[in-house]
Amino acid sequence: MANHKEVLYGLYNDEEILLDAIRHANSKHLDIMDVFTPFPVHGLDDALGLEESRLHIAGFVYGILGTMTAFGGMSWIFTREWPIIFGGKPYLSAPAFIPITFELTVLFACVGMVVTFYTICGMAPGFVNPTLDDRITDDKFCIAFKVNGASNEEINNLKAFFKDTGAEEINTKTI
Amino acid sequence: MSAVVSPLREPLVKGGKTYHQITEDLCSPTERAPSPAWIAAFIVAISFLAFGLFSIVWTIWVGIGSWDLNRTIGWGWDITNFVWWVGIGHAGTLISAILLLFRQKWRTGVNRAAEAMTIFAVICAALFPGIHMGRIWLAFFIFPYPNTRGPLWVNFNSPLLWDVFAISTYFTVSVLFWYTGLVPDFATIRDRAKGFRRRFYNTLSFGWTGSAKHWQRWEALSLVLAGLATPLVLSVHTIVSFDFATSIIPGWHTTIFPPYFVAGAIFSGFAMVQTLMLITRKILKIEEYITLAHIESMNKVILLTGTIVGVAYLTELFIAWYSGYVYEQFAFYNRAVGIYWWSYFGMMSCNVLAPQFFWSKKLRRNIMFTFFMSIFINIGMWFERFVIIVSTLARDYLPSAWSYYVPTWVEIGIYLGTFGIFFTFYLIFVRIAPVVAIAEIKSILKSAGDQYTGKGAQKHTHEEQH
Repeated sequence: MANHKEVLYGLYNDEEILLDAIRHANSKHLDIMDVFTPFPVHGLDDALGLEESRLHIAGFVYGILGTMTAFGGMSWIFTREWPIIFGGKPYLSAPAFIPITFELTVLFACVGMVVTFYTICGMAPGFVNPTLDDRITDDKFCIAFKVNGASNEEINNLKAFFKDTGAEEINTKTI
Repeated sequence: MSAVVSPLREPLVKGGKTYHQITEDLCSPTERAPSPAWIAAFIVAISFLAFGLFSIVWTIWVGIGSWDLNRTIGWGWDITNFVWWVGIGHAGTLISAILLLFRQKWRTGVNRAAEAMTIFAVICAALFPGIHMGRIWLAFFIFPYPNTRGPLWVNFNSPLLWDVFAISTYFTVSVLFWYTGLVPDFATIRDRAKGFRRRFYNTLSFGWTGSAKHWQRWEALSLVLAGLATPLVLSVHTIVSFDFATSIIPGWHTTIFPPYFVAGAIFSGFAMVQTLMLITRKILKIEEYITLAHIESMNKVILLTGTIVGVAYLTELFIAWYSGYVYEQFAFYNRAVGIYWWSYFGMMSCNVLAPQFFWSKKLRRNIMFTFFMSIFINIGMWFERFVIIVSTLARDYLPSAWSYYVPTWVEIGIYLGTFGIFFTFYLIFVRIAPVVAIAEIKSILKSAGDQYTGKGAQKHTHEEQH
């Protein structure tokens, strides 16, 4: 990435302390860049004011696409493209199309959602995304502030915040 | 502490673990050199796999005739093994998807390994229809694609084609679901590693960072995938049962097949999870994560589904008698006391009678007993498919066509080969990936760890928490 970020971050030992710290930061109107945790922390979305993910809407759209592909495709093939009579049944034998329609609905929804998930998260095999600390995926909970061009006073203010809220470590890193 | 904890509920994580200890315990099996037991097991598995490959090549070279199937008994060990392996696969998705929707916390201890088992079992299963079709190099004909032969399409009305779609969708979705769960754990291993290992695990982790927004999307994705996988898993064995139920063979042509097959699939799948987990927890020393509480919960599922299967067997018998249809009546009479009576006996005793022992709490929590029971159930479920397929086909409408069937060494070799495939993949899996979902265990620690819940909770809390 061309534009480097200077990050001031604090590491906490427990998710309860982290949540308290975030609430504290909110009350002081500090602008949190991101929070990193080793596992999904209950209540973190609300504390950070994250909007609900719209991934499920994407999943619904992909699913409908799968339904239409399967049912439309089979109907077209059996009525227009190459009509064949099977066991004296009508060309458009809709009940017999249901299993494949269902399977393709699920397949499209799942594959579409997973691809969307990795794309919007900026993840792919071999991608190296900058991480702040190796222990974040182990047992440390991290709050990060962007401090590009921040004054000494602002940085000291943030450091004081970390100390007040019980951060174990305070570090800076350019990513 | 915000989580609501019950002093009565049995803890699911023992040993008063901290987050760091969980990482340590679950990552270390991938970090240390393989144990002699692992190497020995791997050699055995690879040998089975090699023999299986040899038998498959033999089949392709010599032809399906090497299987001793005949015009009357056109499906033998191949389809029996296919249905058996697909069934085993079902437990993984049940644990990871259905129990996620039901918010069952004990799933976190076993879901990773069970999903891996699902994927490997489906690979073994898919092998059989593939080689049964005879000319495996034309196997792609089963997929609908624009071609220069007309274009000539596949028959979308055929249950065998539905099966193609069901199995391939099931495999794809299981892999995606499993891998998405693995990504954060690969990142954990990555951040502990150096050099080549770090690059390797970074590739596997897709560059995961643990950002709050990513976790939120990850949870949303897991939930919707679970919601989609739940009807999917039920549909897969339903469609497998359609292979039989939509035919006009007495004994196959029954409406009870879909629920009966699904219950049987979950039953045999859980038995296989038990077999694997009891060995894995011992060898990898993760008894504190896969506890007796987990084993007991799975035994309860086995008891429930085993009883459903038992009820299905008896319903089938009753309906065959009640139908007043002689061919149907004969089909069931023949299964129970015909030439293949021993397979019916094996099926009934292993599937219906054996799991009833699990009404006893003492036996549900007995590891040795559970282990032997899990083996019995898998034998019984194999016999069930054998009864449905072979003993039904052996006696059809025309007595002049009646036949008997014994597998050749080639068929037995392919079956043993699938065990080779299954265990080779599983052994590689335990070396590369954490067998228990690290992030998910951490997320339930405060509500299910033994320092917070269960009888010892109060004591621990006072001593260690503050």
